Amino acid sequence: MMGALYTVTAPPAPVSAETGNSQQVAEGKALFAVGCASCHGLNGEGQISGTIQGPPLAGVGAAAVDFQVSTGRMPMARPGEQAAVKPNRYSEEEVAALAAYVATLGPGPAIPEPAEYDTANISAEDLARGGELFRTNCSACHNFEGAGGALPNGKYAPPLKGLDNKRLYLAMLTGPQQMPVFSDEVLTPEDKRAIIGYLNVLHERPADGGLALGGLGPVSEGLWAWIIGLGGLICFAIWIAAKGAKAK
Amino acid sequence: MAQPAATVPDESAVQAQTPKKELGPVFKVAAGPTKYLDDRLGIAGLGRPFLRKVFPDHWSFLLGEIALYSFIVLILSGIFLTIWFKPSMAEIEYEGTYELLRGIQMSEAYASTLGLSFDIRGGLLLRQMHHWAAAVFVAAMLAHSLRIFFTGAFRKPREINWLIGVAMLTLGIINGFTGYSLPDDLLSGTGLRFVDGLIRSIPVIGTWAEFFTFAGEFPGELIIPRLYMVHILLVPALLLGLIAAHLALVVYHKHTQYGGPGRTEGNVVGFPVFPVYAAKAGGFFLIVFGVLTLMGATMQINPVWVFGPYNPAEVTAGSQPDWYMGFVEGGIRIMPNWEWHIGSTTWSWNVAIPGLGLMGLFFGLMAIYPFVEAWVTGDKREHHVLDRPRNAPTRTAFGVAAITGYSLLMIGGGNDLVATQFDVSLNAVTNFLRVAVFVGPVIAFLVTKRICIGLQRADHDRLIHGAESGVIDRAPSGKYSERHRPIGPGEAFRLIEHDETPALLPVTDVDGMSVREIRGEQLRRRATRFFFIDTLRRPTRAELEEAARHHAHGHDEIGADGEHHAIEAEEEHHLAK
Amino acid sequence: MSDDTSQGRPGTEVATVDEERYPVPDPGLEPHIPRLTDVDERAANRATRQVATFFGLVPLLSIGFVVVYFAVPGNVWVDFGPLRANTRNLLLGLTFGLALLFLGIGAVQWGRKLMDDEEKIDYRHSAASSDDDKNYMLTELDKVVDESKLTRRKIIGRTLLAALATILLPMIAGLADLGPWPTKKKRAETIERTIWAPGIRVVQDVTFEPFKPEDIEVGQLINAEPANLQDLHGSEYQTEKAKAAVIVVRMDPNTITIPPSRQDWQIGGILCYSKICTHVGCPISLWEQQTHHLLCPCHQSTFDLGNSGVVVFGPAKRALPQLPIALDAEGYIIAQRDFTVPVGPSYFERDSRNDYEVGDN
Repeated sequence: MMGALYTVTAPPAPVSAETGNSQQVAEGKALFAVGCASCHGLNGEGQISGTIQGPPLAGVGAAAVDFQVSTGRMPMARPGEQAAVKPNRYSEEEVAALAAYVATLGPGPAIPEPAEYDTANISAEDLARGGELFRTNCSACHNFEGAGGALPNGKYAPPLKGLDNKRLYLAMLTGPQQMPVFSDEVLTPEDKRAIIGYLNVLHERPADGGLALGGLGPVSEGLWAWIIGLGGLICFAIWIAAKGAKAK
Repeated sequence: MAQPAATVPDESAVQAQTPKKELGPVFKVAAGPTKYLDDRLGIAGLGRPFLRKVFPDHWSFLLGEIALYSFIVLILSGIFLTIWFKPSMAEIEYEGTYELLRGIQMSEAYASTLGLSFDIRGGLLLRQMHHWAAAVFVAAMLAHSLRIFFTGAFRKPREINWLIGVAMLTLGIINGFTGYSLPDDLLSGTGLRFVDGLIRSIPVIGTWAEFFTFAGEFPGELIIPRLYMVHILLVPALLLGLIAAHLALVVYHKHTQYGGPGRTEGNVVGFPVFPVYAAKAGGFFLIVFGVLTLMGATMQINPVWVFGPYNPAEVTAGSQPDWYMGFVEGGIRIMPNWEWHIGSTTWSWNVAIPGLGLMGLFFGLMAIYPFVEAWVTGDKREHHVLDRPRNAPTRTAFGVAAITGYSLLMIGGGNDLVATQFDVSLNAVTNFLRVAVFVGPVIAFLVTKRICIGLQRADHDRLIHGAESGVIDRAPSGKYSERHRPIGPGEAFRLIEHDETPALLPVTDVDGMSVREIRGEQLRRRATRFFFIDTLRRPTRAELEEAARHHAHGHDEIGADGEHHAIEAEEEHHLAK
Repeated sequence: MSDDTSQGRPGTEVATVDEERYPVPDPGLEPHIPRLTDVDERAANRATRQVATFFGLVPLLSIGFVVVYFAVPGNVWVDFGPLRANTRNLLLGLTFGLALLFLGIGAVQWGRKLMDDEEKIDYRHSAASSDDDKNYMLTELDKVVDESKLTRRKIIGRTLLAALATILLPMIAGLADLGPWPTKKKRAETIERTIWAPGIRVVQDVTFEPFKPEDIEVGQLINAEPANLQDLHGSEYQTEKAKAAVIVVRMDPNTITIPPSRQDWQIGGILCYSKICTHVGCPISLWEQQTHHLLCPCHQSTFDLGNSGVVVFGPAKRALPQLPIALDAEGYIIAQRDFTVPVGPSYFERDSRNDYEVGDN
């Protein structure tokens, strides 16, 4: 009965459009064997025992591969809780090839079209809505202006500043590592675009009030109040009460 | 240098003289209006006690002034803000300048704050000045109270002034919290939600207190106007009254002073109010005002437009209150999840203990300390000469222990930022602090006490041996010794001019005392031993003369037995029977 | 030596330097050394020029403030190294701030360098009043009490005290409408219920769009609200949202523990939990897809959504309430009924026996 219910309510049919031509797939498979198979298995079947672990990749889709590899998270330098961003050593074609290969392992989210994450002509209304969506869905992990935040046991939600539109879209779509998935059926492509547009404008706009002091809120504000505010005034106080140059 | 300078004769440093000499230009102009006022108000009579009142000059005496002047800045900038701020939770759709929030539903309070930030010229500057001034106000009060504590300025006759100070610190923190909650933004609204949960969790009366505070459920529609009333009327009125009392007492008692030549318990040495002190104090007010304005101009604080309007389903990572609530925040975060479910009741110790308990502990300990120390020492004299912290090692150690505990709690309040900025595990930070807030202060106490005693030894060495000159002698026998030169009588006086309280043995003569009195006295004597048994006693006149004689021979040898001949700074336990 | 504290001296006289106790006698105030500006006319002139310059700059800055106020628009920003700020705010603050600062610095420099700096001595008096004054107070107060006839006619005093005490009663009673009284009935209407009811659709927050299970992937998080929240406005909207906000998560059923009593609260690994933390009420969205842990950003309470929301770390004690969900005729996710326990922070009268605990059925 449970199985029947599950079948009826199974996860969505993936939007994996074309799986790339066979040459691209073959290229991807070759790259995969060199850079990914040692953790993920030669056929992406995954390893969950032993010291080198990598989850199975069937169903992660081209989008996930694009995100993980182009941000340098994958291949990971060593197994760990958090896949940190590092310089990416694959070219765009290589990333596309890897993505095409992994997409063949099982249906999963496809790489979005540029129109879906292009925010050039976004309306003011959408920008404001994007802000509401951001604050409802994203700021709990990534902070009110996307400066990042702490997760349990040494993990963290990374800062969002400097990420391009495509990367932001891919992250929401694929839910990398601990980040939850925000599927297109619920958080529609328009919603995602609005969020991206909001972040772009937010990050471009200078801090009206002056130096942003890290954007970490009252903690950094308190620190500077003590150091510059009280500290500076104490320096003045020392000057005021100091005995100046004497005649002898 | 041995001869004291000609001091002013005893009767009065400032002889009131009816001016018979030729009146200067200032007098000529002021005479008329002054007579007009004096005929009606009798103000010239104030001249004698106040016109030339003497205030000693030291930078650490200006910390209280920083607090006072930032308070004035708060009042002035606050009045400006009230002209445009709307303390209403009525919902409107924003149609203002900040395009990223246009069309969004928000409260009038939040919208008027956005208006101040973007549409009223100078509004953002005043908002930021106001908030920086609030942060500096509480910081200055805390620094000032630490100065008072470490120099023992809270002793008789200033205990009541100390209590007034604790009250002002409490009120300042309350006003800060109510103030930053007024814009009804996401960050402060989250803090208000926390306070709602804190109030609700108080055993027995929680829901009543919550419903009475919020006029029903959270958030309701009355909390912002109520906080507004508290913030602009109730607390400032109380603060103004307390400030007046605080300053009046300082004037009446006259300011304390650090010890030194010519400075005794019976006098105060410094500059007269007019003109020097007025110039420095008035100038400092303008400097404080200027620095706070410059901070408001260049350093962004509380950018509410980025936080967004308060929404009970939204939150930001890294939610912290303003810095002065940090220790409570830390306590709440590191507290283990103790909650009793007894029958159909719930006793939330996980919230009540760090919430009410920590605040009660912090302000309570501050408030009672002067009375505890007075009971321990049994000292009923007035004190106007300040202690050097090293000469009160246990008090100083308590103070540093308190600062350590407070700082660890503050770190706890920012544990998620510690985790991300320093790349450590959030859970590890929390678990570490659960232990550290107890162990840390103990370690700090022990270390500080030893450091103070070490400094006392250094002072003792200077008195006995004199200052190290850096000149090394080599005797014909081959032994090295450093030449010392005697210190001046001014410095010598300053080094010995401090109180000594003896550590007492248990009382033996108990005639005429009730059992309760005996027990109380024994406890007190045990406390004196805890407080004072390690303190160095100052050298006697005989010891100093002996040492001077010894050094007059011109050497300071290491003897055959490896021990200094000169009188060592022995840690003599000063026990009185 | 005697038992007594050797240094406690009676009463209120200010202590003076005691010859025996102070081995080094007070050498008296150090002789006054004049400042450079006192003896060197050039230094004094330089100091005077400094003070005058500081004062002289203030009018320029003040006028500058007024010019900036009217001339600089609000939508320009300065981009100067690390400083990217609103130009008008920056310039208004710099002009006004420096004006104040220079005025202050000038005044202080005047006091330090040029005003007479000879230290004066003032003499202290005991804080206590003289014995004369104290005796006068006591005698006159005694007479005052006598003249009031209070001691003779004691009943006046007693009834007066009682009267004064009770006059506070109207003032206290007058505050009774500060808020509704949280009686059992009132609590049941307010903090112990939400607007969730049988058949209410679960919709995404902000967009208020409903969703079906096939829209949700494993590892997905949806911040959601009840569909009927849209009917509310203003403070009613906020108040109900503060209780009704939920999150919907989908996990692989093989990786989670679902107790028998909650098998029908979920749909194929899709579970719905209250978003309001049981510690002090912050909304929680920080969900780790792989560990299934939900971290509250306020005080780091962590809940395991793969195990009925029990607490695994942090100061919260009670598990996160779960909302039983089902499907409506069109296949959208709906609530079966309201929560089975009050959501949000604890309170004294809360019966917490029904909250889920590890090992419960």
